[in-house]
Amino acid sequence: MASDTPPPLYAPREPIFPRRVNGFFRKFKWWIMIVTLGIYYLTPWIRWDRGPALPDQAVLVDLAGRRFYFFWIEIWPHEFYFVAGLLIMAGLGLFLFTSALGRVWCGYACPQTVWTDLFILVERWIEGDRNARIRLWKADWDARKWRLRITKWAVWLLIAVATGGAWVFYFADAPTLARDIFTLNAAPVAYATIAILTATTFIFGGFMREQVCIYMCPWPRIQGAMMDSGTLTVGYRHWRGEPRGKHRKGARAAAELRQATPYSVAEKDLPSDDTGQMGDCIDCMACVNVCPMGIDIRDGQQMECITCALCIDACDDVMAKIGKPRGLIDYLALDDEPPLVPGDLAAVRPMGTEATAGGATATVPVAGRVADVPQAGDQPVVTRRATDWTPKPLWKHILRPRTIVYSVLWSLIGVGLIWALFVRSDIGLTVEPVRNPTFITLSDGSVRNAYAVRLRNMTGEDRQFRLLITSDAPLTISLEGADDTVTVPAQETLQQRVYVVAAPGSVPANSDLTDLRIWVEDSETGARASRETTFNGKGE
Amino acid sequence: MSRKETDKITGVETTGHEWDGIKELNNPLPRWWLWTLYATIVWSIGYTIAYPAWPLIKGATSGLLGYSTRGEVAQNIAAVEEANAALTAQLAAVDLATLEADPELNRFATAGGAAVFRTNCSQCHGSGAAGALGYPNLLDDDWLWGGDIEAIAYTVRHGIRNEADPDARWSQMPAFGELLEKEEIAALVAHVQQISGQDHDAALAGQGAELYLDNCSSCHGENGTGDREQGAPNLTDAIWLYGGDAEALEYTIRNARFGIMPPWTPRLSDAEINAVAAYVHQLGGGE
Ligand code: SF4
Ligand code: SF4
Repeated sequence: MASDTPPPLYAPREPIFPRRVNGFFRKFKWWIMIVTLGIYYLTPWIRWDRGPALPDQAVLVDLAGRRFYFFWIEIWPHEFYFVAGLLIMAGLGLFLFTSALGRVWCGYACPQTVWTDLFILVERWIEGDRNARIRLWKADWDARKWRLRITKWAVWLLIAVATGGAWVFYFADAPTLARDIFTLNAAPVAYATIAILTATTFIFGGFMREQVCIYMCPWPRIQGAMMDSGTLTVGYRHWRGEPRGKHRKGARAAAELRQATPYSVAEKDLPSDDTGQMGDCIDCMACVNVCPMGIDIRDGQQMECITCALCIDACDDVMAKIGKPRGLIDYLALDDEPPLVPGDLAAVRPMGTEATAGGATATVPVAGRVADVPQAGDQPVVTRRATDWTPKPLWKHILRPRTIVYSVLWSLIGVGLIWALFVRSDIGLTVEPVRNPTFITLSDGSVRNAYAVRLRNMTGEDRQFRLLITSDAPLTISLEGADDTVTVPAQETLQQRVYVVAAPGSVPANSDLTDLRIWVEDSETGARASRETTFNGKGE
Repeated sequence: MSRKETDKITGVETTGHEWDGIKELNNPLPRWWLWTLYATIVWSIGYTIAYPAWPLIKGATSGLLGYSTRGEVAQNIAAVEEANAALTAQLAAVDLATLEADPELNRFATAGGAAVFRTNCSQCHGSGAAGALGYPNLLDDDWLWGGDIEAIAYTVRHGIRNEADPDARWSQMPAFGELLEKEEIAALVAHVQQISGQDHDAALAGQGAELYLDNCSSCHGENGTGDREQGAPNLTDAIWLYGGDAEALEYTIRNARFGIMPPWTPRLSDAEINAVAAYVHQLGGGE
């Protein structure tokens, strides 16, 4: 047993200095960054003509007016199910993408990733690449360090203010609000929102970075539960890469071991070292140096990995330089690993780090693992990679029953929402029977029920509605304070008391319940809406 | 800490806790996490100084900011009242007959009147204004003292049979039990049943007609249609404040009825009285 001092309870953050990297994924991520940031910053400034009564901002969350405007779509509070539907779609979308591509959201689209990327870019422009930054970090706080740091912080702060500033434009007319903000006339809540979002952007993007992903964000925990062994994620082909290291003498033994573990897999799964002595990984640490999370993907899948794929680019670059096929680090699934089968007896130590064969000592590839096969006598059994095995093609990882079910559910809800969007009426009608009292008797002995009718005019113009009823029984309708027509102003909801009367001694007057339907009809367009309700009689 | 176990793959010590073979690693927390704990402690201390917090023997510390939820409610109410001040003043002075011509003021009046009604009137007239035995139903089209908005406001302002106010509506039905014989009262009951269209004994009703003219018509009118000047109910319609069957009618004639309503000045302001009148007026019976 080791010493009795317990491990420390708290650990300081290890600074990370991601190196610049070029390649397919990096380029792709630049594009995503440009598009997402562009959408975020510019959307509030797009204009959309809705007539004089309504705001002309294409995307606007009007909290005071309780409306959400999205180009030609206008959502009222009672249509909140659209938001619920979109949230369900977002949830299912996350299931789908995570089960197919792991933490692809984290790696590419998460604001934390995008803004951190942007902040790192600024950092690199001002302080230089990884090595320069490490030197600066270690340097004393002299004039130069102060200058660089302050420049960097100033630019970060500018980005942060712009980020917080852009957010509030989604909630008010952007040009007006911008003027108000600069003339100090905006509402305090606008400044408070900008201040809070500026602070979080500045701190999360500049200083917390991977700490947010590792310790603060619940996503990784949820996503971890959605992945399976068929999920494509960023991984290291250790069976091709190991034993890692520079080519050196004495590595023959390892090569011999490797001969015992032949591969019959795709080209990129083959060790292509000419000498046949070493794995393809030259242990250059490029993949580690570019990693924004500060981890070594060669250790296997880790909870820190956001699958940003930058290590793929870094390693592909190295592979190109040493003339080997790309994809030592790549998008791959756990079950892309060639399986182990029992092989020959060999003089290797089980699962160890070192093995001796032919007088030389070498790192035993993980392929030499013996744990999961029965052992013969004292001699552990070297296992080898299956020879008649090929990994699943990419599309089979993506097109699986699970992802198909998610996609179908996702599209069903999407189609349902679009359908609901097209069939929704621009008349909102609710009829609420007044049940206190259920009915009253009038002087002439007739029986009357009252109904609270709410009429919503969702168009931009005033509309006149006629109210009617249909029923099998002889009932008549009348309105409080109006004949039979009411005017509902544009974008407003009218509350109208409506009476339904049954003549003295008539069937509905004396029976318990009578069904009826209250209609509204636009006097001009003839558009109609109706609600079913009931009439309470004396119920002899 | 006698038995330490190290996880083979990560090389990290475990806590020794195990669930179905899954072991918990004993990784250190990031230090900033600790700082956030300290920050929340500092914040909470500041909070208890700024806001009401520490319990004392009576009450609690009031906090430097002087905040209280009651105070906030009072502030909100004051703010709403201030925002409505112009409308309220307008409502207090309005000519009720023209109220409906001003939709904004009318909406304000009925909404406010609904609140006044629920607080002050619903105890007798019911939360739905349907009344009860002895308490008039305000939803129907039958009014004892008049159902236009001004008459309603007058009733609310002065009350009914309110001795303290000479302007209050006043009338008193004699208790005929002391004046008429039992048979005569039975005949009157039959007559009232007849004129209100109920089943009746025709012979008795015939006798009652004459008795009615002598004793009742001065208030209830020759045809029994009532008189609003005196709050005398219409006896020919389907609405009965105290019940319209023979037993109830006989009781009413014998003992008379004397319903009173309190005056609502000065308890309610002019604006409130106008508001509640507007509210009652639009419940379905307003004239
Ligand atoms: S970049 Fe590739 S070759 Fe270099 S250490 Fe990483 S896995 Fe090995
Ligand atoms: S291991 Fe690779 S994919 Fe994962 S976070 Fe680091 S660089 Fe990105």
